[in-house]
Amino acid sequence: MLGKLTWQAIPFNEPPAIAASGMIVLIILGLLALITVKGWWPYLWNEWLTSVDHKRIGVMYVVLALVLLLRGFSDAIMMRTQLALAAGGAPGYLPPDHYDQIFSAHGTIMIFFMAMPFVIGLMNFVVPLQLGVRDVAFPVLNSVSFWLTAAGALLVNVSLMVGEFARTGWLAYPPLSELAFSPGVGVDYYLWSLQISGLGTLLAGINMVTTILKVRAPGMSYMRMPVFCWTALCANMLIVAAFPILTATFGMLLLDRYAGMHFFTNTGGGNFMLYVNLIWMWGHPEVYILVLPAFGIFSEVIATFSGKQLFGYRSMVLATLAICVLSFMVWLHHFFTMGAGADVNAIFGIASMIIAIPTGVKLFNWLFTMFRGRIRFEVPVLWTIGFMVTFAMGGMTGVLLAVPPADFVLHNSLFLVAHFHNVIIGAVVFGVMAGYYYWFPKAFGFTLHRGLGVLSFWCWFIGFYLAFFPLYAVGLLGATRRMQHYADLSWQPYMIAAEVGAIVILCGILATIAQLVVSIRTRESRRDLTGDPWNGRTLEWATASPPPVYNFAVVPKVESLDAFWAAKQQGTVEPAQAYPAIEVPRNSPLGFLTAFCAVISGFALIWHIWWLALLGLTAAAIVLVVFGWRPRIAVEVSSEQLAADERARRQSMVPA
Amino acid sequence: MGNHKRPPLRLATGKWPWTPLLASLIAVGFAPAGHAQGVLDPHGPIAAAEREILLNATAIMLVVVIPVIVLTLIFAWWYRASNARATYTPDWAHSGRIEFVVWSIPALVILLLASVAWMSSHDLDPARPLASSLKPLRIEVVSLDWKWLFIYPEAGVATLNQLTVPEGVPVEFVLTSTNVMNAFWVPQLGSQIYTMPGMTTRLNLLADRKGDYAGFSSNFSGDGFSDMRFVVHAVTPAAFSSWLALARSQGGSLDAGAYSQLARTGSDVSLKSYRSVEPGLFERIERESIGAVAPPMEH
Repeated sequence: MLGKLTWQAIPFNEPPAIAASGMIVLIILGLLALITVKGWWPYLWNEWLTSVDHKRIGVMYVVLALVLLLRGFSDAIMMRTQLALAAGGAPGYLPPDHYDQIFSAHGTIMIFFMAMPFVIGLMNFVVPLQLGVRDVAFPVLNSVSFWLTAAGALLVNVSLMVGEFARTGWLAYPPLSELAFSPGVGVDYYLWSLQISGLGTLLAGINMVTTILKVRAPGMSYMRMPVFCWTALCANMLIVAAFPILTATFGMLLLDRYAGMHFFTNTGGGNFMLYVNLIWMWGHPEVYILVLPAFGIFSEVIATFSGKQLFGYRSMVLATLAICVLSFMVWLHHFFTMGAGADVNAIFGIASMIIAIPTGVKLFNWLFTMFRGRIRFEVPVLWTIGFMVTFAMGGMTGVLLAVPPADFVLHNSLFLVAHFHNVIIGAVVFGVMAGYYYWFPKAFGFTLHRGLGVLSFWCWFIGFYLAFFPLYAVGLLGATRRMQHYADLSWQPYMIAAEVGAIVILCGILATIAQLVVSIRTRESRRDLTGDPWNGRTLEWATASPPPVYNFAVVPKVESLDAFWAAKQQGTVEPAQAYPAIEVPRNSPLGFLTAFCAVISGFALIWHIWWLALLGLTAAAIVLVVFGWRPRIAVEVSSEQLAADERARRQSMVPA
Repeated sequence: MGNHKRPPLRLATGKWPWTPLLASLIAVGFAPAGHAQGVLDPHGPIAAAEREILLNATAIMLVVVIPVIVLTLIFAWWYRASNARATYTPDWAHSGRIEFVVWSIPALVILLLASVAWMSSHDLDPARPLASSLKPLRIEVVSLDWKWLFIYPEAGVATLNQLTVPEGVPVEFVLTSTNVMNAFWVPQLGSQIYTMPGMTTRLNLLADRKGDYAGFSSNFSGDGFSDMRFVVHAVTPAAFSSWLALARSQGGSLDAGAYSQLARTGSDVSLKSYRSVEPGLFERIERESIGAVAPPMEH
């Protein structure tokens, strides 16, 4: 009846695990009770859960990312504590079976459920506004994408309380992840969560590519698009090209595990090297899916706060496209030590290095954007400069790892771990944090607390160097990744330093939370009535903060790059004469309900509860038919309403 | 690939005056460790060449990276909004000359590094036999859950979790795995390589000095992974001969049955040796996957 699910799946014999998961359950129940008592359900349901507004969906993506950052970071600090303790003969406090789950969950959550939703959320929020349009190409699909991602995130966290998570590392290489060596449900949690969220990501990518290619304001030609839109276009093309590979790869591993097939097994003609190749054919572009939008954010920030047009726009676009194409040609550099032979290794090594050329160009172009600018040191600029310094080093160690014989002595060491945290924290996290602060007033109509933002930046910046530069060193000493304990006592000082670094980063995260709380409490004094708090250059600043549901009362006409800046220079930011009525898409529960069914089916498949899996899938199909073919899909905003809204906005903009 | 003669790596220490400088700078970072070990303290020609590449490539890149970091900080400081003396050109956003330069600088650096990568990939290909007048010693390596088995096919002996090699003699490792992937790595001797079930990888190393070097698995393989350590004892050729004689006189014998038994025992950190090994055992492990069983659950 319940497949493999029994009471033994709940970790009653592990007090810390049961305490942690019990606390999470209590917090969730408490929140639900609070919402019920306060009568917030209608508001939540109508304004958020069923919203198909790209701005609301973008905000929900970012909220998901911030919550999962806390989960992924708890894993990080538990690992660092284990390694600070487990030197010499000491066993530390986490046994291997627990520790192995933690590092696997840390990687999986940070990439798929922190970095991805953060980046996709910012693109979702910003891109239609920058393009000067009213929504993405497929608003309901957008909601489906988000909720599928959230469903995957939920399933990963269910594994804390019911069963276990994968003990294979975040990419679950077979044969270790095959049924013979990982008979538990951990790998199944991993696979089904990522299949569900991966589908959401693919749909989001299709939506965003279509939006950028087909839905732009009149006059917004490709070479007038803000650089962030270009990077979003490239990142989403990579999603569309790479995520099907991931789905197919996981599909084959699932067939091995569920249907006794032999794609990657040691027996029956399987070959796990196929998996390693396939997973990195997705995995390497994935790195650029994350980092290209971050590059876009830095480009917007540095131009805005230098009060200058971005230097070398055409070079930037060309460099972005070059990175997009090259990112598919370098996957083998993740396993130079598999014995492929000198020619293959050398060719992939050189191809990997070539990516450093367009990336280097970008760095120089940001440099020359600052040159003869008038830089205001707002929080996003701190993140950008912190990024430029940190990323220069991370890029350097990356090129180092691309030299095959150097990789032979660095691969899988903590040097490698330090390198990819150097680029993922230094570029992606710094980028999304800059974007978070930069676009927050646009999303909510008030600015974030500056002092706490500065504090957060310095904690992250210093914490990063403290946490990861010792790992570069100890990696050169021969410390390898994923070890649960080590014999060499001389490594311990490095591990303790890294732990201190992680604690400093924790302070940065706490400062970000405090910043949010303080800013909300003092929001009346930090209102942005102009819609343009930073003296911006692109169209998202041309509308109110927060923008109305239809974004622009009249769709702007674009005549140059940095359209809003040009309009401000020419003094043409004027009220329109007439406001034709607008149709905005109607809310739809399709996404939320589909994702609910996906959670049920996913959970059932993990535990081999076949009837429930079938029930979930049937329910999803019914939901799709009922809500996918609605007769009325749009609501009209009348022209009187628009005129009134605009009048009110103009009046509030006049300084009192 | 044949063992054709190739000139030594073109990037020798002497030509790059900053390399020793960089090395001493790095050494400061290793103060807590007492002395540098691992990758930066090579005890064999492969490890030495790889360290050379590491330092040279870093030095080449620092020539660009350091100015970029310094310029970033200088520009950020000088062009701050409050500096009235700084020039402000809000509409200046393009310069053909500067753009030519900013594409050229990284391109030139990568051109240089690409040639280093191409040459060194061939010179230091793990499968490439080392140039030496001595006949290489063949050692067959098998990773098991979770321990290392080393077979000396010519002498017909085997050891568990310890490896004895003669100094100055090239060692030709042939490697495979019982069931999941691991990686064989002795940092002070050089390159690591994956061990994979049903497949053979090759690695050629040489210890040029007596000493004990730490070795381990560098690819995660399950719960007992952290204990997959071994020590490489590099000894004089005479000491190696007497060690072989001793190994032949003690311990059990290793045939397919004993091997399957060994594969089933899970984590094993003991040091063992076997006086005799069934001929062709390594090939049977690789081709027939004998002993390829699931590891016992730790809990």
